[in-house]
Amino acid sequence: MARIDLVDLAHSYGGNDAPQETFALKPVTMTWRQGGAYALLGPSGCGKTTLLNVISGIITPSRGKIMFDGKDITPLSTQKRNIAQVFQFPVIYDTMTVGENLAFPLKNRGVPKAEIDKRVAEIGRLLDLEPYLNRKATRLTADAKQKISLGRGLVRSDVAAVLFDEPLTVIDPELKWQLRSKLKALHRELDLTMIYVTHDQTEALTFADTVVVMHDGRVVQSGTPAELFDKPAHTFVGYFIGSPGMNILPAEVKGREAKIGDHVIALNRSYDNLPAGAKIEIGVRPEFVDAVAPGPGLLSAKIERIDDLGRIRFARVRLGDARIAARAPAGFTGSDGNAGLKFDAAHIHVYADSLLVEGAA
Amino acid sequence: MDKTVNQKAWFLVLPVFLVVAFSAVLPLMTVVNYSMQDTFGNNQFFWNGVGWFKELLDPSTDLGGRFLASLGRNLFFSLVILAIEVPLGIVVALSMPRQGWTVAACLVTLALPLLIPWNVVGTIWQIFGRPDIGLLGYVLNHIGLDYNYVSNDIDAWVTVIVMDVWHWTSLVALLCYAGLKSIPEAYYQAAQIDGASRWAVFKAIQLPKMNRVLLIAVLLRFMDSFMIYTEPFVVTGGGPGNSTTFVSIELVKIALGQFDLGKAAALSLVYNLIILIVCWIFYTVMTNAGSERKPQEGAA
Repeated sequence: MARIDLVDLAHSYGGNDAPQETFALKPVTMTWRQGGAYALLGPSGCGKTTLLNVISGIITPSRGKIMFDGKDITPLSTQKRNIAQVFQFPVIYDTMTVGENLAFPLKNRGVPKAEIDKRVAEIGRLLDLEPYLNRKATRLTADAKQKISLGRGLVRSDVAAVLFDEPLTVIDPELKWQLRSKLKALHRELDLTMIYVTHDQTEALTFADTVVVMHDGRVVQSGTPAELFDKPAHTFVGYFIGSPGMNILPAEVKGREAKIGDHVIALNRSYDNLPAGAKIEIGVRPEFVDAVAPGPGLLSAKIERIDDLGRIRFARVRLGDARIAARAPAGFTGSDGNAGLKFDAAHIHVYADSLLVEGAA
Repeated sequence: MDKTVNQKAWFLVLPVFLVVAFSAVLPLMTVVNYSMQDTFGNNQFFWNGVGWFKELLDPSTDLGGRFLASLGRNLFFSLVILAIEVPLGIVVALSMPRQGWTVAACLVTLALPLLIPWNVVGTIWQIFGRPDIGLLGYVLNHIGLDYNYVSNDIDAWVTVIVMDVWHWTSLVALLCYAGLKSIPEAYYQAAQIDGASRWAVFKAIQLPKMNRVLLIAVLLRFMDSFMIYTEPFVVTGGGPGNSTTFVSIELVKIALGQFDLGKAAALSLVYNLIILIVCWIFYTVMTNAGSERKPQEGAA
């Protein structure tokens, strides 16, 4: 059990002298508190697995430090770090039974037999593996195998953190839910720091209390699911989280007004000190844009189609070159192909060079 | 549903029947025919029934004695080379690099002995081991070891075994290497996290994953060594005395040396039968090992 601190941590597969844009993991400083459930979320190749492997010690970072409870463990090998890791594909030892698989890490560490038996029985019960303890592990299904991988980590009483590297990739959809709830339950029961890597926002948002979004080797935002939804710190977060993602529109912003083409949208806050020469955009989630019949004072757009998701309907509209998703109220059909867009000023964010700008009240 | 009846389809399989008949069935039947008869040359044959087979399995007769002795030597030879080549091949495969240009260099070097024609391998070792002009034989004698594969039984055996190990360990190593390469990196990482020692990694991950290729390696090496002829024939000619006369060498002696077609035919049938049975055993073991690995649906 441990608090994990990353201090100016970075990794480059090409060595430290390579230009920083090519770093697989760009410098990051952050703290993961003891007992937290974290998700590392991002598309493939964003560096999330690299970060995970740096924490587990499979990769030695080219720069910076990792600390467990204030103790620098950067030079320590994987064995000495007391972490558990569950990989994308189940790793089990073919020739052993489920029980022997669970006992393996303890046996390697020379734990007395009585103690091993006690721990294996305990973890077997915790993971609902009890009926299979004496069966060959090869014969089980993928989700049971993933539980064994997890169990091999949990069986050590001194484990500092459990790392998951997209553990549900090979699991059937309906079992995914079960296994994910199991993970949540374990997290509550065991008070362990858990770090969960995934590219699936649903998985991340349901599992974690803090989601860390990564993009292009950089941590772009870390916060609760609600924070990521309400106040994306980066246009990427807005776009990546939510379905459909946030609408990002190039605009001219001055004071309390944003101008899209000739149309002026009122803003709740005032933006006077925007960096000169930066690319200015406004971002607003589809949930806060209404597509209604065209009228005065509304931004007019062409309707391309309306997606009915059952609970909610989204109109896909076109505004010049930009495509926008907007909420379509019940009964609105847009049969003539035209719509007026109504923005909820409280939920419009302004971005300069993709980064969120806080306006003055 | 109506089935189309078209007897002309038989013509399509006829070529296969003919090819198999002329290439396998007829020659085999000729051998069966010979095995029941005796000949004194001049193309004269006399019916002997199962006489040759009875003699073959009776160690008190000349034929039986020679056959059983060479069979024993052959089995011993196969066991020895398996006991050396399999562990050695595993060790070689484990110590090979995993990436970089050295991989290609290693693979090519290992493949070299496999590319040399068998009688050339025999010739190489025949000359290599000679005490007068061979590097190995000369050096061994020079440092005080009395080594001469022409006159000493044990020296002859050692030479033949070392030659086979030199020739074929590469095959085992290459197969094992292929097996090792197919293990995903995550297994090693997991083992590292589980605190496994080098030996534990070998026992828990590498050996089980090499299981299948090892079975194939054992099968190939057993069959090949059980049928070995060319290399020992070139090096020792089956001698000194009969000490390195394996079954195939004995067979050629009887068939071509003495022109005892009946005895030779009976011997080759029994020889063939042994090989078939061993093949079948290996095949059964391998398919069973495979089915054991199949995951059981709905187990969890």
